[in-house]
Amino acid sequence: MTGARLPGRRFRGLLRKEFVQIVRDPSSIAIALVMPIVLLLLIGYGISLDARDVRFGLVDENPSVESASLYHSFASTRYFRPTRFVDARQAEAALMRGDIAGFAVLRGDFARKVADPLQPAEIGIFVNGVDANNARVVIGYALGTIENWASAYRRHRGQKGAPAVTLEQRYWFNPEIRSANFIVPGLIAMVMTMIGALLTALVVAREWERGTMEAMMVSPASMPEIIISKLCAYFVLGLGGLAVSVGLGIFVFGVPFRGSFPVLLLMSSVFLVVSLAMGLVISTVARSQFVAAQLAFLITFMPALILSGMMFDIASMPGWLQAVTTVFAARYFVSGLQTLFLAGTVWPILLPDLLALVGFAVLFLGVAIARTRRSLE
Amino acid sequence: MAGPPPAVIIDGVVKRFGASTALQDVSAAIAPGAITGLVGPDGAGKTTLLRLIAGLLEPDAGSITVLGSDSVTGVARFQRDIGYMPQRSGLYEDLTVGENLRLCADLHELDDETRGERLAALLGFTRLSPFVNRLAGQLSGGMKQKLALATALLARPRLLLLDEPSAGVDPASRRELWRIVREMAGEGVAVIWSTTYLDEAERCDRFLLLQNGRLLASGAPESFTGGLSDRTFLLDLPDSGRHRAQRRAARHPAVADATIQGGSLRLVLRQGAAAPPPQALGAAALRPVRPRFEDAFVSLLQGDATAPDEEPAPGTVVPADGATIVAQDLTCDFGRFRAVDHVSFSVAPGEIFGLLGPNGAGKSTTFRMLCGLLEPTEGSARVAGVDLGRARAAARERIGYMSQRFSLYANLSVRDNLDFFSGVYGLSGSRRARRIAWATESFELGAVIDAEAGGLPLGFKQRLALACALLHEPRVLFLDEPTSGVDPLMRRAFWQRIGSLADQGVTILVTSHFMDEAEYCDRLGIVYAGKLIATGRPDELKRRFGGPGRAEPTLEDAFVALIDAHDDRAGARPS
Repeated sequence: MTGARLPGRRFRGLLRKEFVQIVRDPSSIAIALVMPIVLLLLIGYGISLDARDVRFGLVDENPSVESASLYHSFASTRYFRPTRFVDARQAEAALMRGDIAGFAVLRGDFARKVADPLQPAEIGIFVNGVDANNARVVIGYALGTIENWASAYRRHRGQKGAPAVTLEQRYWFNPEIRSANFIVPGLIAMVMTMIGALLTALVVAREWERGTMEAMMVSPASMPEIIISKLCAYFVLGLGGLAVSVGLGIFVFGVPFRGSFPVLLLMSSVFLVVSLAMGLVISTVARSQFVAAQLAFLITFMPALILSGMMFDIASMPGWLQAVTTVFAARYFVSGLQTLFLAGTVWPILLPDLLALVGFAVLFLGVAIARTRRSLE
Repeated sequence: MAGPPPAVIIDGVVKRFGASTALQDVSAAIAPGAITGLVGPDGAGKTTLLRLIAGLLEPDAGSITVLGSDSVTGVARFQRDIGYMPQRSGLYEDLTVGENLRLCADLHELDDETRGERLAALLGFTRLSPFVNRLAGQLSGGMKQKLALATALLARPRLLLLDEPSAGVDPASRRELWRIVREMAGEGVAVIWSTTYLDEAERCDRFLLLQNGRLLASGAPESFTGGLSDRTFLLDLPDSGRHRAQRRAARHPAVADATIQGGSLRLVLRQGAAAPPPQALGAAALRPVRPRFEDAFVSLLQGDATAPDEEPAPGTVVPADGATIVAQDLTCDFGRFRAVDHVSFSVAPGEIFGLLGPNGAGKSTTFRMLCGLLEPTEGSARVAGVDLGRARAAARERIGYMSQRFSLYANLSVRDNLDFFSGVYGLSGSRRARRIAWATESFELGAVIDAEAGGLPLGFKQRLALACALLHEPRVLFLDEPTSGVDPLMRRAFWQRIGSLADQGVTILVTSHFMDEAEYCDRLGIVYAGKLIATGRPDELKRRFGGPGRAEPTLEDAFVALIDAHDDRAGARPS
């Protein structure tokens, strides 16, 4: 059969096959569209680093008008739900039990000292430091609350001797310090990683398992055609996942979006290519779905979760670990996303991130194409 | 020799995977316009050779010329002209029949006119037209293979590579596959058909016989079997003591091979040996028969070695007290699909009963219900006097089970495997030690007792698996395709053991899609589309259904006739 051939037919045929398979296979749709929803809801609501309604003890050794007024200050912020103790040992026990996250100790002479402009009143603050991030947040809020109370107290007393320095805190970009605001953009990176790497690695491994890859390799279709048709199909699916995640973030979690959507689309597309290519690289090693899933989790998903700056701030990691994070593409995407959501289209930050992502895309795509040969060896 | 040049020239090909050698110095030429059978047991190197020809693997030494181009450097030149059907069919199960064919047409960039014409022709040819909108995954095994063949034929290849196209396929579909391929060969296509079924080798124009990566023989099947034409006989056996008669015949110095074939014994004599008097073998007369491919294969493998046959050591002596299998209206539904439909049969003590049927016919489901692994939707099963519905555990204690895949622990030693399985079956103390010693001795495992089971040769693995299944002295032994894809010598050794177990009163139930295995059974049940469509002795079935007037009807003839009759009644078959 050397008669008329229709070039271009082959690629369209391959593409059509991929889409028909996606539509018929509930699991790929589940991974692309349902999993983002589940992940966002679970992690978005489950992991909260916010200080809100923190149970906090106030040890009042000698109840007075002043100590009562400080207690009310704590009670009236939405950050704390204070409990009153008369003995520091009781508060300590409550801390041990995990009933309270920390406590402040007002000594017996608190009322007297606070009324005396010449004598500083001492307040001891004790916080459960196991979760260091949380402890810092609690201390910060406790200090702020005490500070506020103290200046109000002085104004009320008409004291002139105001302290030389007053602390005023402002949280920029995320004034309410809502963790959803920076976790949700990070989650989008995770979802993109899952769709790209996991799904691609799985569907290619499935073709190996079912013997269709072998049949395909003997057909006139070339490896690049087979690969690119797969990339195109799952790219579209990935954009669907992106739309779901962004929509959910903005409308359900109320995360602000301050950047531009075209830039978001651009960055996400580049990152999607990176993770699709990583999936392909995995699939050149793993020829069973089980191994493919394990590798995808280990190589792409875990770093995206832990080392991308989504959960743990990269700047507060030890230097060597910070260096490690630079080899994971997710880190640049998370940084870009957080910028786009919380700050806006800030090119000095976005451009290096974007360039890094393009670099990763070229690298992994190159490796994937070089490694996927028309051979069973 | 004049004539067209060979389609494929294989020249001194060596292929290694790590330390093991898959193919060792194989040379052959594949003629166009003919079907070349690539014959050999599992692991012989058939798939590797096909993949080398398709250019999916590179030879470590030697070369292959495919349609005039080198298989490594010239892939692009012959790629459009070969049709390849991998072992796992290579169909997209989530695409319909039509979509699979259209994808294949797209891959070959056929224009609309050619495409329409080829699709119509192939759908008619394979009789798949009524199923064009059905998902490939929902086709029967036979139809899947036909569809895979159609996709391989779509672009009119000049070379067709078929990797075990007929494995597990019902005999009627198998005949259709042969019809299609025969027609293609008639149009000048070079066909390579790989198979473990030795009877298929006889249908080929030429054959290549592979064993352990080496080419043992090649040529025309008639010339291979020709040398045996006055050395192959059939003798009729008395109803009882067939296994003993077989063992006696196998030990006779003039006999190279003796196998049970239904109610008869098939004999191949040694070269130059005079035929023994039939009385010496406990029969009235020797009837000369046409030699088969398997006869020639076995005598080639055996050479002049004497059959290693002693009376197997007495092992499990089981009282023949009505221990038996009774299936009564066994039915099993999976959702709306009825996998097994009112199957009833019973097996007497010491009887070898075979459930014969294609993949997907409901054999395994029946089997699982009888093992107590699956609850019947309807009906009941009694095994060794115990009702499986009431006392599964008690029934299981009396059942030994061995599957095709030999469920052994590959990274445990032979001793550990025996130890483990004796523990699983609740043996302890002196009985455990006694049974392990018995297994080691009577299955000749002593030499490999500390070797890892996974690295053993297939024959040892098979013996070990059988030993493990017999440790607890079961009264019933279930065998799931125990010898499909193994070489004929191993199959003989295996069935000889099974025969002597049956003589000791163990009831044996075998499932198989493999006609040759069925010949070893005392009685057969033919399973098709969830129903038991016939039962009887192999000879009885052959006579009754194999077609009147046929000289030597085979079980396959009988099977095809039964399936046709069943389909006609059910009206399921498209005209």
